[in-house]
Amino acid sequence: MTRHLRADVVIVGGGIVGGSAALFLRQAGASVILMERDRPGSRASGVNYGGVRRQGRPPEHLPLSQRAHALWASLESLIGEDGEYVRSGHLKLARSATDMASLEAYAARVENFGLGLRLLDAADLRRLYPMVGDSAVGGSLCPEDGHANPRLVSPAFSRAAAAAGATILDQSPVSDVRITTEGFHITSAQADVTVSAPVMINCAGAWAGELAARMGETLPIAVIHPLMAVTEPLPHFLDVSIGVEGGGIYGRQVERGNFVFGGGRGFAHPKAGAATDSTPPDYARPERHAALRLLAQGTGLFPALQGCTIIRSWSGVEAETPDHAPIIGPSRIHPGLFHACGFSGAGFQIGPAVGAVLADLVTTGRSVTPLDAFRPDRFSSPA
Amino acid sequence: MNSPVSTPLRPVIIGAGPAGVRAAVTLAAAGLRPILIDEAARPGGQIYRQPPAGMTRPPEALYGFEAAKARAIHTALAPYAGQIEHRTDTLVWNIERGALDLMHRTADGQPVSTVLPYDSLILATGATDRILPLPGWTRPGVYTLGGAQIALKAQGCGIGQRVVFAGTGPLLYLIAYQYAKAGATVAAVLDTAPFANRIRALPGLLNCPDTLLKGLYYTAWLTLHGVPLHSGVILREVAGPEGAVSALHWRDSHGQDRETACDGIGLGYGLRSETQLADLAGCSFSFNDLHRVWLPDRDAAGRTSVTGVYVAGDGAGIAGADAAEAAGERAALALLQDRGLSVDTARITVLDRRIARFRRFSAALWTAFPVPAGWAQDLPDSMTLCRCEEITVGTLRRTVQADAPTELNRLKALSRIGMGRCQGRMCGVAAAEVLAHETGRPVSAIARLRPQPPIKPLPAATIPADTAGEATP
Repeated sequence: MTRHLRADVVIVGGGIVGGSAALFLRQAGASVILMERDRPGSRASGVNYGGVRRQGRPPEHLPLSQRAHALWASLESLIGEDGEYVRSGHLKLARSATDMASLEAYAARVENFGLGLRLLDAADLRRLYPMVGDSAVGGSLCPEDGHANPRLVSPAFSRAAAAAGATILDQSPVSDVRITTEGFHITSAQADVTVSAPVMINCAGAWAGELAARMGETLPIAVIHPLMAVTEPLPHFLDVSIGVEGGGIYGRQVERGNFVFGGGRGFAHPKAGAATDSTPPDYARPERHAALRLLAQGTGLFPALQGCTIIRSWSGVEAETPDHAPIIGPSRIHPGLFHACGFSGAGFQIGPAVGAVLADLVTTGRSVTPLDAFRPDRFSSPA
Repeated sequence: MNSPVSTPLRPVIIGAGPAGVRAAVTLAAAGLRPILIDEAARPGGQIYRQPPAGMTRPPEALYGFEAAKARAIHTALAPYAGQIEHRTDTLVWNIERGALDLMHRTADGQPVSTVLPYDSLILATGATDRILPLPGWTRPGVYTLGGAQIALKAQGCGIGQRVVFAGTGPLLYLIAYQYAKAGATVAAVLDTAPFANRIRALPGLLNCPDTLLKGLYYTAWLTLHGVPLHSGVILREVAGPEGAVSALHWRDSHGQDRETACDGIGLGYGLRSETQLADLAGCSFSFNDLHRVWLPDRDAAGRTSVTGVYVAGDGAGIAGADAAEAAGERAALALLQDRGLSVDTARITVLDRRIARFRRFSAALWTAFPVPAGWAQDLPDSMTLCRCEEITVGTLRRTVQADAPTELNRLKALSRIGMGRCQGRMCGVAAAEVLAHETGRPVSAIARLRPQPPIKPLPAATIPADTAGEATP
């Protein structure tokens, strides 16, 4: 017989957002059941690049990002492990005078947000970062940004939530949603369980649009497949996480010596997922030459990469919105339903703060952190 | 992918061992112009691996009883030189949406990656040793059995002066024989399989009496020459001073702890199919209880679940070189049939019968030399399981306790096992056994590592060239 469980809040999606929301809701005293279609932190939250970066985010996103910055500072006490989180600094490089001017303009625009940016000219760059090749003419350093290991951090949030008393139902993809006056009734046929709760959080990543659609709400979410790759371990040459103005490659060297880098796109895994419907694929793979092209840029920026080998490349399944800003806030049509999705490849750093904000919204009805940029109703298309 | 009405592309074969060479020759004899791709400079695969040009040991010295077969494979392509395009020194590092990614080096050493679309593909990717580590196995001086044999065949050198061959499988005895013949002192052959298994396997082994006789000959020869052979042993530890091997500690079938002095150890538990390309090509897989690994699903002719993709030889399940030759030819005939070309059906009957016999023999071999039951149960926490990433058994156990992973990819994500240079090709089997043991589940229930290109390390300096499709025949 199908199990029937009840809680104050049902969360769908066990990524870093769902895991942290579950944790903070438990800390606020709510009973929580989290439903995850596979294992917590096994999709975009767990396979992303691992940048923990505020620099480069639009000013209107920075209050949320700053809140996350404070949470990352206490990561170990939150999730019980360090997650290989380091505040290495994030260095955004400029490859032209125009790009440098963009970095300067950004620094001026976010001056009041407390990022502590330092603009570096070519001479500063050579002196402080001699490993950077000549193709960079300057940069902007955010000293307290850094990186972490998403494979470890994201699952750990759900584990911490479980330790705090949340019920985590993994291997429980949603097969049916019913909405009554009592709230939301979410069924997973695979796990043979129905969860009922007056409050529901949709943080189902690439699957969030489909879940919203089941409830009659359109979220403008496209599925993307960011590309990542990693080299063999190399002697330590880089102690800062790297980005490039105008996009292209981003990279970091992990403690073991491997250079992890990303940029570009992959494609949906050809055989996984239900190809016949709109369900996003379970897995994705990099485009064949994307990693090589990226690393060609990388060797221009870092001569130390010359002669190394790429040992692995991968991609993930992530949701993107038309304006690349996430959707965070109450549903337009269902009281008690909150969305937190569409992170557009930049959700890892803000993830814990999104969880905290969701806990605020659920327990107090408001968020102290401004969320205007993320309103679900900002898109013109009606429900 | 090409539509069915267009002219078919040249068939592509990956691997120039016994299966790949036979497949290429069969297609060429039928008038097709196959492309044969191989990582080595010369045909032969690992079993009939040729020494570098300039080394002049005769095949009889290199391959023993199998010299004639080796020579036949080495020379089989030559008559079809105009028809078979043999791309040597070329790594297939990825398969994506109906095309292969090939890496080769130009004359000045520059690595270049090209794209080769296919509509029919025979994967003859061979095998590597199955490795189940023991404490001390990372010491210099410990080699895989296959590695020990390659050293002898391709480099003309041994792994030590006084060597022990340990693990299980028919290769143990063959390589011990080859080393002894080459002048090394074989201090012992230590087989983890109980001798009774061989008796039990005898009816099945009689499917290939010649091969069985050769095996018996090797053991008899070794016994006659005073090489101690022990079965039913438990391998305990490789001992030695820093950076060297001085002894292998083991327990005999009576439970007595023993020690054999040596300066080199060849270790292996049979072979393990190389299946990453079949996986990337989208073939469905099933767990094979006998081999204790996941293998691509195939019919008796080698057709996989993907139209136009065939598997042959040890890459499709271990059955040995003779079986590989038959399977390579059979897969090529299936390809011809699937293209609507006429084939010799009498030949197919012969091959099918032969392949079935080899398969019964190979099944009996796995009965005779099984992967040791309970290998994973007494491992010390400190033992390194994954050399690339230096992951210990203890790390895996802690990961299992913390997260209760139920399948291998989750264990990989949380512990890094299988994330290094080998991408799990070497450590994956052992990691699966440990995960199965620690979670109390059968090894069939814990899935397999998802392949991620490149399947072998790819030079960062590789220049991607978007070459258009190959010329049609």
